[in-house]
Amino acid sequence: MTVVLNQSFTGISIGAVLLLIALGLTLTFGQMGVINMAHGEFIMAGAYTTYVLQQSVSSAGVSLLVALPLAFLVAGTMGALLEWLLIRRLYTRPLDTLLVTWGVSLMLQQLARDVFGAPNVQTTAPDVLTGHIGVGGGITLANNRLFILGLALLCVLALTLILRLTPLGRRIRAVVQNRDLAEVSGIATGRVDRTTFFIGSGLAGVAGVALTLVGPIGPTMGTNYIVDAFLVVVVGGIAQLKGSVITAFALGVLQSVLEYSTTVSVAKVVVLVAIVVFLQWRPQGLYTLRTRSLA
Amino acid sequence: MSGPSISRRGLLTGLTVLGTSAALSACGAKTGSDTSSAAGAKADTSGDTVKVGLLNSLSGTMAISEVTVHNALLLAVKEINAAGGVLGKKLDPVSQDGASDWPTFAEKAQTLITDSKVVATFGCWTSASRKAVKPVFERNKSLLFYPVQYEGLEQSPYIFYVGATTNQQIVPGLDYLKKQGLTKIYLVGSDYVFPRTANKEIRAYAKAHGMEVVGEDYAPLGSTEFSTIVNKVKDAGADAVFNTLNGDSNVAFFKEYKSAGLTAKSLPVLSVSIAEEEVKSIGTQYLEGQLTAWNYYQTTPGEANAKFVKAYQAAYGKSKPTSDPMEAAYTSVYLWKAMVEKAGSFDVAEVKAAADGITFDAPEGTVTVDGATQHVHKTARIGKVGADGQITEVWNSGKPIKPDPYLKGYDWASGLS
Repeated sequence: MTVVLNQSFTGISIGAVLLLIALGLTLTFGQMGVINMAHGEFIMAGAYTTYVLQQSVSSAGVSLLVALPLAFLVAGTMGALLEWLLIRRLYTRPLDTLLVTWGVSLMLQQLARDVFGAPNVQTTAPDVLTGHIGVGGGITLANNRLFILGLALLCVLALTLILRLTPLGRRIRAVVQNRDLAEVSGIATGRVDRTTFFIGSGLAGVAGVALTLVGPIGPTMGTNYIVDAFLVVVVGGIAQLKGSVITAFALGVLQSVLEYSTTVSVAKVVVLVAIVVFLQWRPQGLYTLRTRSLA
Repeated sequence: MSGPSISRRGLLTGLTVLGTSAALSACGAKTGSDTSSAAGAKADTSGDTVKVGLLNSLSGTMAISEVTVHNALLLAVKEINAAGGVLGKKLDPVSQDGASDWPTFAEKAQTLITDSKVVATFGCWTSASRKAVKPVFERNKSLLFYPVQYEGLEQSPYIFYVGATTNQQIVPGLDYLKKQGLTKIYLVGSDYVFPRTANKEIRAYAKAHGMEVVGEDYAPLGSTEFSTIVNKVKDAGADAVFNTLNGDSNVAFFKEYKSAGLTAKSLPVLSVSIAEEEVKSIGTQYLEGQLTAWNYYQTTPGEANAKFVKAYQAAYGKSKPTSDPMEAAYTSVYLWKAMVEKAGSFDVAEVKAAADGITFDAPEGTVTVDGATQHVHKTARIGKVGADGQITEVWNSGKPIKPDPYLKGYDWASGLS
């Protein structure tokens, strides 16, 4: 029983990392149909932001807290720039966005290598996040994982509130549902696109900050996660936050349960096969937005 | 934007292929790009200088370790040049970046031999990269000096193995654990040649010595998700962990290890790929008290080492630590120099013939080349990571151990090769 509970927590914590990364993609791929391969590099940008901050701010706790909004801004600005420079010219050609952003991602990786050096770097986690909480019966919850879980849920909540309650959210939903109608209703769709990209990329930056708590920071760290994150969005169903949330946690738990009983590689393969089978049965993913433009 | 026109199924197929191939390539599948068939590309020794190849990962997941080896090689070359070179010729180092990618290593090795016409090459770290370049050096009849401990069970006529082989590191490490009464061990490694072979040897050793392997797990090279593996370690009832993870997976592993509440006291980890440089970048707070098995530490006593540490820090910075693979790399250049001078020629066949019995007063102590196996006699050392990031020796073998790459001298290892 202890094993099952411990593994479930591990799965949920893996899911939380996936969710943080997939959240931004849900917006940019799910809602806007842009396959942004540079999303992983925005994660990296967020992680390096934390690293740079920690070089100048001595307290690990303070630098982590400052890093969260700052990484959001840095990655978000990069995303908005990318949208403005390249992606807005390619909205009608989704496959080309894949190639273009792939190229951008390679350039950003090289840039990081030139600026920060090829070897990976690490940050120090605040002391409170290096320990763990025992909840009895041999079950332990690692503090850094709890923090990431909280962060992921906070981001989901914030994103949901923005999409549901703010004028900006209404405009985003309008543009996603029917761009032409939104345009003639007086919504500046170009500006909405850029803002959406800013938020989506900013969330990747936040994910980057979270990842510094579990592993090293390096130029290629984003590529480790990008495929899994895309899978979460595809399986979850486009344009639905709910789908991403459920899928991220389901994949996390499935992965960790399989890993426990088999090996890391076998678990990866089984999860991929399971996803393929699932999408044969439900090609549209878990949830879909009913809209004419996406029919 | 009137909705994405890309087919979701098409994208999924692409992603699946991408994901699967990433998983497969991490399983150690290796395809050297053996393009050239030009056997015996001639080294160029006509000028005042001769070129030597330095082949290390200057980028990618292994760069954390290999850049330091590259630095140590450059230091040796610089020192030798300052002292007049080899056979009156200055050395001109040519660096190539293997980029932590095995086919790239094979390609760059070929470039060094054919285009740069190097007289010898120094480098490689992972066994996968060594296995990838091995056919290239053999086909071209060119020499590689390999500076890192490895899993043994290999011998190439064109490779000199200056790092430890199994019986100079892993076996002494196991002996040490057994002496401490730590008999239930859990094996954690990166998923490629070295850890898998090493763990096979460890299983054979354990069986013959009344030890028990209570678990064995691998993570893809470069992987940073260790929560499940750490949970498994915790549940397995092990006395100690034998760690063959390579590169910066160690960072994620030890962070996870600590947040799971495991410590050097409650469940010690013996690592064979973590040296001073890695300790520094992983963070001492995660490693304090953990064990390592090597042949050299920065704290190893002796005049040769004091000189080496001083020269290295003068060249690369006061705070830079030295480590075993760096020391072996540094030593390998001097061993090659001694071989060339004994042979009186840069010719590969003559250098090889002169190799047996070559000694060098290395920072780790005297090392001697064993001509038959092209490995070196080395002293084994077990160390403990201290709060200052330095590793202090807690045991050593007393005298250099004769290399035995195929473990022929050990009955328990009879079925391995």
